[in-house]
Amino acid sequence: MKNLLPTLLFLLLPLNVYAAGDVELQSADIDLTDRQSLERGAEHYVTYCLGCHAIKYIRYLRISRDFDIPETEVLNKIAPIGAGIYDKMESAMNAHDAKKWFGTEPPDLSLVARSRGADWIYTYLKSFYTEAKAPMGANNTVFPDVGMPNMLWQLQGEQTPVFKMVDKKQIIDHLSNDGQGKLSEKEFDQFVNDLVNFLVYTSEPAQLERESMGKYVLFFILMFLAIAYLLKKEYWKDVH
Amino acid sequence: MSNEGVDKSKRQFLTSALTVVGTVGAGYLAVPFLAQMQPSTKAMAAGAPVTVDISKMEPGQLLRVEWRGKPVWVLNRTPTVLETLAKLDSQLSDPYSNESLQPTSSKNPARSIKPEIFVAIGLCTHLGCSPTFRPEIAPHDLGEKWQGGFFCPCHGSWFDLAGRVYQGVPAPTNLEIPPYRYVTETQIIIGDETVETQA
Amino acid sequence: MKSNRLANCGNWVLDRLPLANLWNDHMAHYYAPKNFNFWYFFGSLALLVLVNQFLTGILLTMNYKPDAKLAFDSVEYIMREVNWGWLVRYMHSTGASAFFVVVYLHMFRGLLYGSFKHPRELIWIFGMLIFVALMAEAFMGYLLPWGQMSYWGAQVIISLFSAIPVIGDDLSLWIRGDYVVSDATLNRFFAFHVIAIPLALVMLVVLHIMALHEVGSNNPDGVNIKKVKDEHGIPLDGIPFHPYYTVKDIVGVAVFLFFFATVIFYLPEMGGYFLEHANFIPADPLKTPEHIAPLWYFTPFYAILRAIPDKFAGVIGMGGAIVVLFLLPWLDRSPIRSIRYRGGLYKKALLLFVISFIGLGYLGTQPATPTATTFARVFTAIYFGFFLLMPLYTRWEKSKPLPTRVTDQPTLEDRIPVWIATFKEMTVSQPIKTKNGTVILPRRPDLTGIINVTIRLAKKLKASMD
Repeated sequence: MKNLLPTLLFLLLPLNVYAAGDVELQSADIDLTDRQSLERGAEHYVTYCLGCHAIKYIRYLRISRDFDIPETEVLNKIAPIGAGIYDKMESAMNAHDAKKWFGTEPPDLSLVARSRGADWIYTYLKSFYTEAKAPMGANNTVFPDVGMPNMLWQLQGEQTPVFKMVDKKQIIDHLSNDGQGKLSEKEFDQFVNDLVNFLVYTSEPAQLERESMGKYVLFFILMFLAIAYLLKKEYWKDVH
Repeated sequence: MSNEGVDKSKRQFLTSALTVVGTVGAGYLAVPFLAQMQPSTKAMAAGAPVTVDISKMEPGQLLRVEWRGKPVWVLNRTPTVLETLAKLDSQLSDPYSNESLQPTSSKNPARSIKPEIFVAIGLCTHLGCSPTFRPEIAPHDLGEKWQGGFFCPCHGSWFDLAGRVYQGVPAPTNLEIPPYRYVTETQIIIGDETVETQA
Repeated sequence: MKSNRLANCGNWVLDRLPLANLWNDHMAHYYAPKNFNFWYFFGSLALLVLVNQFLTGILLTMNYKPDAKLAFDSVEYIMREVNWGWLVRYMHSTGASAFFVVVYLHMFRGLLYGSFKHPRELIWIFGMLIFVALMAEAFMGYLLPWGQMSYWGAQVIISLFSAIPVIGDDLSLWIRGDYVVSDATLNRFFAFHVIAIPLALVMLVVLHIMALHEVGSNNPDGVNIKKVKDEHGIPLDGIPFHPYYTVKDIVGVAVFLFFFATVIFYLPEMGGYFLEHANFIPADPLKTPEHIAPLWYFTPFYAILRAIPDKFAGVIGMGGAIVVLFLLPWLDRSPIRSIRYRGGLYKKALLLFVISFIGLGYLGTQPATPTATTFARVFTAIYFGFFLLMPLYTRWEKSKPLPTRVTDQPTLEDRIPVWIATFKEMTVSQPIKTKNGTVILPRRPDLTGIINVTIRLAKKLKASMD
């Protein structure tokens, strides 16, 4: 009978909901305990992304507390000019304009980080290439026909696709960089990684607290289990 | 089934131990459950300090601002009003604000940092209605004794223009003064004095 | 004396309320068979999860907004700004999945030991009604976060009703209250999820337990313990539920809480099984996600739906898969309850059924490729075969002699030495020293040992199938 037990096993099989088309995703190095990386990521986010992409329910106050940096520093270094410590990370652009300009409202990137995962965003941010006929002048190998310009081209340098022929169809083999970016390849990877690290934090700000708390809860339950087990054993001495 | 040779004290001990650990566990679980009903960050953000520009206030003018969802009054008092206030002590129940809530900087006869600018939470200390501003002297509905002040329409409490409560009305104490400070001569911040709001 | 006054106060209440009777009838003088095993934990655990869902649900309602424009944001607000909101929400979302884990195991216990058979048919019926109510509760609750999967899942399931001839389209329109899943749908699902179905669930649970305590619990041997009684009329193989099973169930609760907390604190999404990734994107009526799958507990039925190549027949198949479960007490013709004394036919049939149920559950999470569909059809056939052929094969099977009293089986603790011995047989001692001198994993897997154990296990399995 015990051979029928592993009813639960099927819970452990992987569920691959998101395959990113044909593109192999590069892996981001996520470390939420690296406060410096998170702080840099927050700065990059406000400089390059916040113009269009708001993050709901993350306030500068929370960043100050979670990253353990003083409120004045958050306001001076991270928050846009004029923002208060209680303000949410809202973008300056209104939804109506955004829909007119980009065809869709720019999504909340903290949610994209949660649904698509860190690796996807990491690869996506690195996979823009110039395409003259695209409305925003850029396209992306991870997200074809993306409705967004490449915000980071000045840092990364201009990327152009190198094609190859497969089954008489022209497909992109890889992207080549013109090397004119302000950052070296390694610096740029670090830049994107910090940004993604910050987004992973915003996707679930409670996760730091959650994981550090879990072990105490589990320990407590084990203690309870031990006493309950002894009590059960004691009472069941009666049962023959 | 047999109950012979049962170590009763061991059972008792284990039962108590399990009860204690279980109760502590339930207590720990109750903390997040109860704390969940505390004001969230959103509510705290709504309670963020409010900056009020008083440069354009006329003498006698009352400004109403919202702080933590409550009405806060900022009143520019004329010298005449301040003179009247000094004469009212005998009719008030707490003229020196010993029983009332205010920051120490406002615990003075005019109940304000600068005598002419009066700041108070506009909620009656009786049951929390917002009194109406009645600066006129002896209107016919309030009678001869009215020297200008705040009148609570719910249960008829009287306050003078320093928010001090009259004798013989339901309200027990003077109107509460919120913490506030002057940033510049013409700007005050109502709320937590320690928080900087501007970069 | 204070305690005296307190006792008086207590007596005053007891004189007016049959609390003592209730306690005695259902706890202190309720005699349960003494041979309950591991499978008997899940009833009390289901009750625990129900309480968890009620408490966390009430707290979530305090901050959730049942409005298509606000719903998604209010959930993120709970996750990010409400004090401990993340904990309460994860307890509720994990609790939903835990509920189904516990209930599926509880139902499987019924299949193992014939708990649905005479005289417990009504208990089974109430239990099945609880299961159906639970599915409705879970389905409607899943719309509330108003994410992509919420929206499109509801869209698909409500569209199922439109497959019903003649009234189908009007019925699905009536359920939605709109031409598409919309604010109206969200609002009514909220009403059902927080009031109507929970009330029905509580009443059904009370009926389930009342019916159980009227006829008495079944046990792993499937024998009637009331047949052998002592001079006081107490079953010889029965023990009072309280304290013996209360202390035992507390152990079960602690073990359950350990797993439950592990998921909440370390794996709240459970790799996309408990919280689907696409549901973190707000509902967009113009864009269907690339791959829609219901939550894992619906996937076996969803796979049956997809396996049948006709819309109406598919819906019938899916509904039928649940309806046949209701009929189980009358499909099984064997006089023997417990699988311990039943013939090999039922055991083999049950094994096939479990494989097909898990198989269907897995296939339901995967895209419907042609191979997957073929498999799903085979599994669907086995699923229905298990039930519909039951009147035949249960009559043919040769059962073993039934004991008059319940039997002693090795407990989990008794088995520990055997497990340790098996582990030792499968491994060889081969300590590996790391550079800094610490020894890791002193035992390495041993091939011959593993083969021996596997062969023995296979033989045992074959023997147990007769």
